[in-house]
Amino acid sequence: MSRSLKKGPYINFKLEKKVLESVESKKKTAVKTWSRSSMISPDFVGQTIAVHNGNKFIPVYITENMVGHKLGEFAPTRIFRGHSGNKDKGKK
Amino acid sequence: MARIAGIDLPKQKRGVIGLTYIYGIGRSNAEKILTMAGVDMNTKVQDWTDDEQNAIRIILTDHFKVEGAMRSEVQTNIKRLMDIGSYRGIRHRLGLPVRGQSTKNNARTRKGRKKTVANKKKATK
Repeated sequence: MSRSLKKGPYINFKLEKKVLESVESKKKTAVKTWSRSSMISPDFVGQTIAVHNGNKFIPVYITENMVGHKLGEFAPTRIFRGHSGNKDKGKK
Repeated sequence: MARIAGIDLPKQKRGVIGLTYIYGIGRSNAEKILTMAGVDMNTKVQDWTDDEQNAIRIILTDHFKVEGAMRSEVQTNIKRLMDIGSYRGIRHRLGLPVRGQSTKNNARTRKGRKKTVANKKKATK
């Protein structure tokens, strides 16, 4: 079920602040975050955000199409390397 | 003959049901169309007058996306998901269920027919 419109989109407050700061200062370094459930707001476009996947940070370059999705959607938490016995394993 | 949006509608069904044979029209859209056109929902497709048919056609073209246009819209939506590399896009690419269903068993609709894998030899005591 989708989130109530009344509440507006969820964006982790600290993350939003940090990203907006880096937009202003035009830094090249990615903003690290654990907040996978934060929605991508239009202000983030063009930034690279390092999203934690439980193990490490996955750099995600935000494009216009990604607005409205959650950050976690772009940092998969599982690796499937294929079944044993499959010849072409390890391919994605 | 009731031929709407390039589809032959089933003659002997009620109007609401008949319209759902068009891709992109379900029950609720069919009901909307018929109320907008002022056609009774229980009229069979074969009993529609020409005027009624035309009214329905006009409403369909003006307010609804059906058949080819609808299909291509769905495809572009899926393509967008794949291009941005989201989780859902990846699942589409792999041909696995997209909405978090279990894949240990079943999920055959997405995965296709069963591919049987030869049994592993059991370790004997």
